[in-house]
Amino acid sequence: MVKTILPLELNGVVAKVRGKTLVGPVDLTISPQGFTILMGPNGSGKTTLLRLMHGLQRVSQGHVTWNAPEAEVRARQAYVFQTPIMMRRRVVDSIAFALTLHGTPKADARERAIVWAKQIGLGHALQRPAPVLSGGEKQKLSLARALIRKPDILFLDEPCANLDGRATREIETILQEAQKTGTRIVMATHDMGQARRLATDVVFMHGGKVREAAPASGFFDNPQTPEAAAFIKGDIVE
Amino acid sequence: MQDFAGTFAHSVGLILSGDAELWAVVLLSLKVSLLAVFASAVIGLPLGALLAVGRFRGRQAVIVLVNALMGLPPVVVGLSVYMILSNSGPLGVLQLLYTPTAMIIAQTILVAPIIAALTRELLEGLNNEYAEQLRSFGVSRMGVVATLLWDGRYGLSTALLAGFGRAIAEVGAVIIVGGNINHVTRVMTTTIALETSRGNLALAMALGVLLILLAIMVNASVAALGMSGRAAANV
Repeated sequence: MVKTILPLELNGVVAKVRGKTLVGPVDLTISPQGFTILMGPNGSGKTTLLRLMHGLQRVSQGHVTWNAPEAEVRARQAYVFQTPIMMRRRVVDSIAFALTLHGTPKADARERAIVWAKQIGLGHALQRPAPVLSGGEKQKLSLARALIRKPDILFLDEPCANLDGRATREIETILQEAQKTGTRIVMATHDMGQARRLATDVVFMHGGKVREAAPASGFFDNPQTPEAAAFIKGDIVE
Repeated sequence: MQDFAGTFAHSVGLILSGDAELWAVVLLSLKVSLLAVFASAVIGLPLGALLAVGRFRGRQAVIVLVNALMGLPPVVVGLSVYMILSNSGPLGVLQLLYTPTAMIIAQTILVAPIIAALTRELLEGLNNEYAEQLRSFGVSRMGVVATLLWDGRYGLSTALLAGFGRAIAEVGAVIIVGGNINHVTRVMTTTIALETSRGNLALAMALGVLLILLAIMVNASVAALGMSGRAAANV
């Protein structure tokens, strides 16, 4: 088994649906360390690019290449959706599911799930049905489920889009902790403040293409395209 | 009205007296119907789940067929099974005609499509909710089926109950393949039909009352078993 499945390389990657190009061609490298923020106006292709990298979207042209055999890649990455998908199980069982489906014995998985739930601030809700959690708690549960297997890379699609400031802060803290412990993070967001707080580098998308990929400080202080400059200023990007 | 009241009182007396013949019929009915539901579940649950998650050519046609089979006329099923199991039929050598096994086979043919169709309907909705998450986890097709069956189990108990209702109330098919032989293949519904034609209304009504009570008890038991689980899973 390789130490990390990263870097992830995208070479001329295109995603088409019924002949219409949604994203691409994209050339991009996701290095083994860092916190990449994916930004861009609605419809720019952020979600599609995340799905392409994670393997949820079929690649129409080009290549997505990992530093690991195909069989290892799926189990060593995770994805958090904008709208959390809640299984009809208790919180503890929902978290443990991520382990049991990869062969961890049920008792062991539950034990680890309890530890994770407590760490992530869901200790009070272990036996509650997952579907009745609040929005912030649901997103925490999604994160716990994604992080419990300590993935090499975690993709997040606007995980805080529907959350208040406090819940957003809690999610950000969890993500920063995960990054410190070795999980590479790639996250789409519209929240400029959040991007400035978290990003080590930024990928800016517009019209289905990557218009800029730069270190965060360079992107925010000296954007290279008029679209990125307008986006940072809060103007409407056509 | 007095006749009805008198017959009803007599039938209650029969039930309370613990009449051995009556209870033997009840037990055989339960045995045949429960085994038929079990066999139908073994066939119908995975078939319904595969139809819910599978994407293959002809899937829609199979769904239409399974839905259509829910309305199979029992006497036609009875006749078909009779011809297959009769001495001159392809499975005549098994000598199953006029045995409880033949009745279980007939009931399974009637109940399996009900369970399969209801399972498909329920799990397709659940799969629409779960599909992306399970793909993200890298769950195999069979793993998806197992997950959906497990998470949908409380809803699926309704499908099993619907199957049980069909089986326990069925008369047309079991009377053809079972023959309504006393102490061998006589079940509640066939006995009710026979005793009514003989004018023994008290016994027929006693069995009718027990039939309804059984249906209520089975439903109540499943509801009680599932209630805590449903509450836990919020479904």
